[in-house]
Amino acid sequence: MDKLLVSPNPHLHSKTTTKVLMRDVVIALMPAVIVSVVFYGWKELLVLAVSVLSCVLVEWAVTRYMLKKPSTIGDLSAVVTGILLALNLPYTTPWWIVFIGAVVAVGVAKMTFGGLGQNVFNPALVGRVFLLISFPAAMTHWEIPKGLFGVDAVSGATPLGFINEGGTVAEYLSSSGMSYSQMLFANIGGSAGEACALAILAGFVYLLVRKVIKPWITLSILGTVVLVSGVFHLADPASFTDPLFNILTGGMLLGSCFMATDYVTSPMTTKGGIVFGVGIGFITLMIRYFGSYPEGMSFAILIMNSTVPLLDRLFHRKKYGRN
Amino acid sequence: MARRTFSIGGVHPDDAKISRACKLEVLPTPPVVWIGLSQHIGAPAKPVVAVGDKVKVGQPVAEPGGFMSAFIHSSVSGTVKSIGPRKDLSGNVQTYIEIEVEGDEWAEGIDRSDTLVTDIPEDPKLIIEKIRLGGVVGLGGATFPTHVKLSPPPGKKCEMLIINGCECEPYLTSDFRTLLEKGEQVVVGTALIKQALGVEKATIAIEDNKLEAVENIHRILSTLKAKSPKYFGIEVMPLMKKYPEGGEKQLIDAVMHRQVKSGGLPIDVGAVVQNVCTALAVYEAVQKNKPLIDNSVTVTGECFPRQANVLVRVGTPLRYIIDSLGGMPADAAKVVSGGPMMGKAIANLDAPTLKGTGALLFLTEKQTRRMPETNCIRCGKCSDACPMGLEPFLLVRLARSGDTESLESNAVQDCIMCGCCLYSCPAGIPLLDEISSARGQVLGIIKARAAAAKAAAEAVKAKTE
Repeated sequence: MDKLLVSPNPHLHSKTTTKVLMRDVVIALMPAVIVSVVFYGWKELLVLAVSVLSCVLVEWAVTRYMLKKPSTIGDLSAVVTGILLALNLPYTTPWWIVFIGAVVAVGVAKMTFGGLGQNVFNPALVGRVFLLISFPAAMTHWEIPKGLFGVDAVSGATPLGFINEGGTVAEYLSSSGMSYSQMLFANIGGSAGEACALAILAGFVYLLVRKVIKPWITLSILGTVVLVSGVFHLADPASFTDPLFNILTGGMLLGSCFMATDYVTSPMTTKGGIVFGVGIGFITLMIRYFGSYPEGMSFAILIMNSTVPLLDRLFHRKKYGRN
Repeated sequence: MARRTFSIGGVHPDDAKISRACKLEVLPTPPVVWIGLSQHIGAPAKPVVAVGDKVKVGQPVAEPGGFMSAFIHSSVSGTVKSIGPRKDLSGNVQTYIEIEVEGDEWAEGIDRSDTLVTDIPEDPKLIIEKIRLGGVVGLGGATFPTHVKLSPPPGKKCEMLIINGCECEPYLTSDFRTLLEKGEQVVVGTALIKQALGVEKATIAIEDNKLEAVENIHRILSTLKAKSPKYFGIEVMPLMKKYPEGGEKQLIDAVMHRQVKSGGLPIDVGAVVQNVCTALAVYEAVQKNKPLIDNSVTVTGECFPRQANVLVRVGTPLRYIIDSLGGMPADAAKVVSGGPMMGKAIANLDAPTLKGTGALLFLTEKQTRRMPETNCIRCGKCSDACPMGLEPFLLVRLARSGDTESLESNAVQDCIMCGCCLYSCPAGIPLLDEISSARGQVLGIIKARAAAAKAAAEAVKAKTE
């Protein structure tokens, strides 16, 4: 007999590995990262660095000392969580709060479930919400940013915070000197990643082109928001903000493009994904309109994360020859 | 208009058809051949020669061992040295007839000239009988006895014959070369099968990475249509390239927009599919009285010194082919019989070729390396890739927990073993390995249940009588 490798088919494999996919997500996040650093300056860079390093460190420490297994940090998923967590925090967050967020995100929300692929909830969002509840002052404290190159900054309250305090869109726009078209480029006041809608959309397009994600979840979230807020706004323009305002403010774009589309915590089927997206859009708006928090994106995604196993049981792919 | 393709799943591996420019060449006859008795799906053939017998090329050496079986002919002239066990390419023992080659004397009645015979016999029964006597089996991979496929069960009507020229596996080029160099014979063979089935329409389906072949067949068709109405209704259809387009079920979906029901046969939706090389074998068996004694084999791989498409006598030892073309490359770690997606890794290079051997592919360790398994990240690439619409991520979980009931309700038995799931998994999970063993188990359960139901029904019937 010859010394030959014998294994079942197929004998070739796609070069797209988990690491390649995660690297693509990191690349897709770069526009948002760069813009946030430009807008918010070195403080934001510190938040990013602490967040990424802590997430990687926590994963390494858990695999090394608690699970006693080979380290999994090479798959870059901890880096993705680190960047997303940082983009979900105000740039003024103290480094030790960021560190606690990373411990909760990776240590609790990801590794206790069995690591990558096993977690029910989006780790970065669990970290963010934990911090939001634990350190409400630090998490809702928005300072007027100086910017890396001294870019003109406009702020005061965040747009959603302004509305939640009883203000109207028109009042916000006039007091902040912003317009909708400006909000596309610079929506100052909010978590770092919410700084620039276009930067997020550029990353989203990159993920679509690279076929890392499909557009359905994002589109169904945004579609639901437009539809539902459109109905509310038409019924009572004075009490309910309009669709475009809802799309451009808060964590709507960052959440729908990068957080809700997380492989691990979103449904496997397109149909499931659409239901998932409708749920997120609807819950977010309900919190924005009627809740005590100004923003509901994180909560909406986490709530819908919990329905994913159910959605995967309900919806299956269309099978060949079985219809 | 956009070219057709199948509607569910599929992947786009690198084409790698590096042997596409290599013309078909005849490999010299080896000094000894081993002719297997199991070269088709179904019962092994029964030998009709004894040790010491002199045989000629094309003389039957074994007859069908049942309804689902086929004739086997000597591919060489010489003396039968032994009939006995020998290891096949996987190392499993099969029965082979060993023939020592002396000269190259052909059996009487075989037309070895190059003259193209385009007249199509009227009688379908005659065509099918000649196909049966010629030992023709499906050369697309399944080696299903062709005469059985051309005799649809009563009540089933064929509406379209599809000639499968997709060759959707990377690396393989022998069908392509056959379409280019023996296109006339393929078209006549198509007309013969069409006549045998009594069907109006036939489509020769070719993927659009082989447009030269599409053009060649188009040209041949117009010449032959001018000659005889027997060629009316035959069309050539370029399809959008996507693996596994050449899978029978996928091809029917692509060409006819119909799907074969789970557990059903192509004929249920009015389709019969035959491979390009099968059409050629039908031509040779019917028009030239030449049984299936040789087939074209792609010998390829980046590490192999010489790319080739060779005509090989059935029963030629694989090592003989390799040595004739420059020898085993030092860095080849795996030799595959067939394409890289569905082919079988060879364990024993002393095994001989069979009727269905279509390719020898040499891969280096680096090319064929599997990643270590890591956690499923639920990316869904396996389900996007599955051309049967299955959910491999779910099936593998069920397989590992041994939940055969859920495996069956999630249609593991529909798996066609195309390898798309494992190919596309970024986490290196051995999806197909697990799924194929679960599939075997579930198919066994389904079979046993059907047998039990039949026995129970018979028992009730016996009681009432």
